[in-house]
Amino acid sequence: MSNIPETGRTSRVTVRLVAIQILVFSLLLTLGGRLWYLQIRNGDEYAAEASGNHVQQVVDPAVRGSILDARGIPLADNETRLVVSASRTALMKMDDEGKAVLTRLAHVLGMSYTDVKNKVRLCDAKTPQPCWNGSPFQPIPITDEATTQQALKIRESSEDFPGISAEPTAVRRYPAPAKGQTSQVLGYLSPVTDEEIKKAEHTNSPFLRSDMVGRSGLERTYDSALRGKAGVTRYQVDNLGRVMGKAKSDPARPGDNVVTSIDARVQAVAEKELHAAMVEARKQHDRNTGTNYKADAGAVVVMENKTGRVVSMASQPDYDPNAWVGGISAKDYAKLTGKKSNYPLLNRAIQGQAAPGSIFKVISSSAAVNAGYDFNGRYNCSSSYNVGGQVFKNFESENYGPISLGRALEVSCDTVFYDLAYKQWVKDGGNKPKDPKDWFYKTAHQFGLGKETGIDLPNEVKGRVPDREWKKDFWKANKDSWCKTGKKGGSYVERLAYESCLEGMKMRAGDSVNYSIGQGDTLVTPIQMATIYSAIANGGTLHDPTIGKAIISADGKKVREIAPKSHGKLPDTPKTLQQIDKALAGVATRGTAAWRFQNWPQKQIPMHAKTGTAEVYGKQTTSWFATYTKDFTIVMTISQGGTGSGASGPAVRKIYDALYGVDAKGKIHKDKALLSKPQANLPKIDRDGNIESGKLTKPIVNDEKKPEGAVQ
Amino acid sequence: MTSSYAIRRYAPDRGVWSKLTARDSVVWRLDWILLFACLALSLIGAVLVFSATRNRIELNHGDQYSYVLKHLLNTGIGVALAAGTVWLGHRTLRGAVPILYGLSLVLSVLVLTPLGATINGSRSWLAIPGGLSLQPAEFAKITITLGMAMVLAARVDAGDREHPGHRAVMQALGIALVPIAVIMLMPDLGSVMVLGTIVLAVLLASGSSNRWVIGLLTLGVVGCLAVWQLHLLDDYQIARFAAFANPSLDPAGVGYNTNQARIAIGSGGLFGAGLFQGSQTTGQFVPEQQTDFIFTVAGEELGFLGAGLIIFLLGVVLWRACRIARESSELYSTIVAAGIIAWFAFQAFENIGMTLGIMPVTGLPLPFVSYGGTSMFAVWIAIGLLQSIKAQRPVSA
Repeated sequence: MSNIPETGRTSRVTVRLVAIQILVFSLLLTLGGRLWYLQIRNGDEYAAEASGNHVQQVVDPAVRGSILDARGIPLADNETRLVVSASRTALMKMDDEGKAVLTRLAHVLGMSYTDVKNKVRLCDAKTPQPCWNGSPFQPIPITDEATTQQALKIRESSEDFPGISAEPTAVRRYPAPAKGQTSQVLGYLSPVTDEEIKKAEHTNSPFLRSDMVGRSGLERTYDSALRGKAGVTRYQVDNLGRVMGKAKSDPARPGDNVVTSIDARVQAVAEKELHAAMVEARKQHDRNTGTNYKADAGAVVVMENKTGRVVSMASQPDYDPNAWVGGISAKDYAKLTGKKSNYPLLNRAIQGQAAPGSIFKVISSSAAVNAGYDFNGRYNCSSSYNVGGQVFKNFESENYGPISLGRALEVSCDTVFYDLAYKQWVKDGGNKPKDPKDWFYKTAHQFGLGKETGIDLPNEVKGRVPDREWKKDFWKANKDSWCKTGKKGGSYVERLAYESCLEGMKMRAGDSVNYSIGQGDTLVTPIQMATIYSAIANGGTLHDPTIGKAIISADGKKVREIAPKSHGKLPDTPKTLQQIDKALAGVATRGTAAWRFQNWPQKQIPMHAKTGTAEVYGKQTTSWFATYTKDFTIVMTISQGGTGSGASGPAVRKIYDALYGVDAKGKIHKDKALLSKPQANLPKIDRDGNIESGKLTKPIVNDEKKPEGAVQ
Repeated sequence: MTSSYAIRRYAPDRGVWSKLTARDSVVWRLDWILLFACLALSLIGAVLVFSATRNRIELNHGDQYSYVLKHLLNTGIGVALAAGTVWLGHRTLRGAVPILYGLSLVLSVLVLTPLGATINGSRSWLAIPGGLSLQPAEFAKITITLGMAMVLAARVDAGDREHPGHRAVMQALGIALVPIAVIMLMPDLGSVMVLGTIVLAVLLASGSSNRWVIGLLTLGVVGCLAVWQLHLLDDYQIARFAAFANPSLDPAGVGYNTNQARIAIGSGGLFGAGLFQGSQTTGQFVPEQQTDFIFTVAGEELGFLGAGLIIFLLGVVLWRACRIARESSELYSTIVAAGIIAWFAFQAFENIGMTLGIMPVTGLPLPFVSYGGTSMFAVWIAIGLLQSIKAQRPVSA
């Protein structure tokens, strides 16, 4: 190259060429730097964006599993309905925010515009039901009861209904076999909320936008099993949404079926009889208040003694669980949650608590024996008992003179237990307690009171044992208001507050005396009492009550049985248990419940019972009735219902009649018995994996008014 | 040395092959690095074009090889045109510049007649029989360079002046302005930007007075502002600029191209998704991917290494071109080389820059890599010119 003379360039040109070269390479460096920035520095971000670009999810919702009774009869299943839903996003894009469309839609569906509009509004702190608490991007169901004509009308003139769809969809159904609704036990579903989606995002069972979630009852407890898993197919798509390939596919796994220990027939009888008993109680005159009994709430539990399985659980007032399906209306919601309807959503068998009254005496008897008293000793059953100037009456019985503890149970003598409790209180140091043994309180705890039984239903309440600790805590929490309102020599309430302010932290003699017969501050739930009485029947095992019996996969291939569990033993020796058992049989044959078990085939089916009538300040008495046979325990309670045997007796008797097929004369018809012994086997699963459903046989009906011949 | 040189050169009995392989043959004096870099870019381009078009049935009509084969054919024709250019020599062509310039101008004007075809809002294509089409603006890049160089270098290469005079500069600007005006009418804004850069570089390299260079730069800036203020741009062009200034603006609309392009490149990472594995590419998320957005295929499927290689190879081409410009013995050759450098450099920067989101979107191909016949022919002719300049002997020899 040296032979080329430098004629073409002056120094000006050379300088400028160098400048051009520098400029050119700085441009290239800029490109390289920017490339590094995009690909290396921020590469991950763009990679994520790219993958989101190309994947479309198609969700195939899982069919929710059924809830079946012990013989395979569906208590909750699904049906296909025409669901009309609205896309909120589409509506909000319209100039009038969808008013015109919703008005047309309301007209077609025969609903009011306000109803339709309320269904598509979003829930927030200020918005009352009905409102949509699911994702705003998800179609919001307006009705699931569209007729074929309505659906066709919407579909055919789709240009009039932008954002509205009408599709057949599987929706929950609560068929109420034999008219047993099982409302509170089954629970209900509502759409998943944003928070729940976020919370479950990284768990094994993440939610989909369209998911319905069990909110109470079995629907909630067994939600993850029942829900199954929606199928998600991720398709790789191109820019026009054309499918290029399947990226990933999780097939839908339909929800498992839950077989329960509920017997639909017994459930129906229990619901009917509980309701009838309450209706009957409202006709009875209450001498204490001078009005008829209000019988505002009640519950009954039928439980298997050897397993703790619940055969039936009814709570009044109840409701039709189908009200929740497809979004609840404002009217229904107000009805279900209002004070006027007395909160039918509450399952009073596990969420209703009241003083137990005399059915508590089995605990007091055990406490006395454990404290060293002889069960067969002689204890004075006087007509009243005086403690420090305060007279405690014998509520349910008269003066029987010296009797055994067993007899005291039979005739429900209060004064025997007053005396025992008072003596223990004195022994524990009285008003200046010194290392107190607290046998009566300790025993209550040992019987499982004051804590949940562990039933497989959500939100069970604990009840309360008013022991020294509770008294102290309660006083601390309330002393300020007591001391403020309390007045020496004022009204009853004021005097009580005054006393409580001064001495509320102390276990007084009166507290212990009252406590021994299940009155005062003690609170129990029906399920707790059923657990205790079935423990007495089974030799002392306190079971965790269960309703779920087995979880069976949709194809019927996987069966996971739910084994009975226990949370302890009764603190009684076998001998004491036998003695109590015998005494409770005496209650049914010659004691306070005998008049309700006339003509009962006691030899074939030994019946045990205990009545209870608990006083509640400012209210009418609570009726309690705890009974058991070899296999079943039935506990019933009616709030403001009157006496134990009076209000609850006939209903419990009728449930037993139906269970064992006993007619009014006490004859057992084995063929008419609904369940003469617990259902041991799970329902059969046929070759296709379907669970076979038992027949809804009709129970024996012993209506006093009808002649014998009318019994079917 | 000189004697044997002469004897061999004029030996009458030698065929073409021995002529080519002779020690003094032009073949030895070619810039092989430049040639290989250009070939490498064209072949990488073939692979990328294949990846971008093999799934686009609406383009390839079921023949997934149609685009890559045409690209290879274009490359072959381009190389042949380059060889022809070398064979003729840039000095021979210097004499034919007025004819070439006139021809190119006529083609450009024809685009504005009913013979022209509009693609992507720009009427810059000339339909010719046989279903082919030409983009005369590509040739204008060469002919304007040659025309300006001819006028600017005439007096200097003749030894009359040290630098071009004002008159020569004005003549040169006139030569440039006429075709630029025509292309502006199409309107092909991208090409106008390239041509403007070429004009600047040519004036710079010619050694023209600083006043001209600064004046022209000022004019360019003022012109841009005027165009903007007087709304002389079409809506689609404004939209592209707006999307450039704010890429997150309307990602489904105007910003779509840039957004998708950036996602494609960004997702490539260091090694890329692998050839034919890029989901942005196979999913056809980037429009015009075989032509203007070809770089996104490299970015996504070959990653930083592959895309970086393309920038590197372009760097090699420009490095060799700069060398040739510096070492040429005539001002004419220097100016031509500088024009070509400006053209390649700006076009590559604009093309890659727009896929990286640092330049507004205009319809410019990436030299050698993009699919497109006219562009391929033009850049190879330019390479032919550079090679010819490299291989030139001193005028005095």
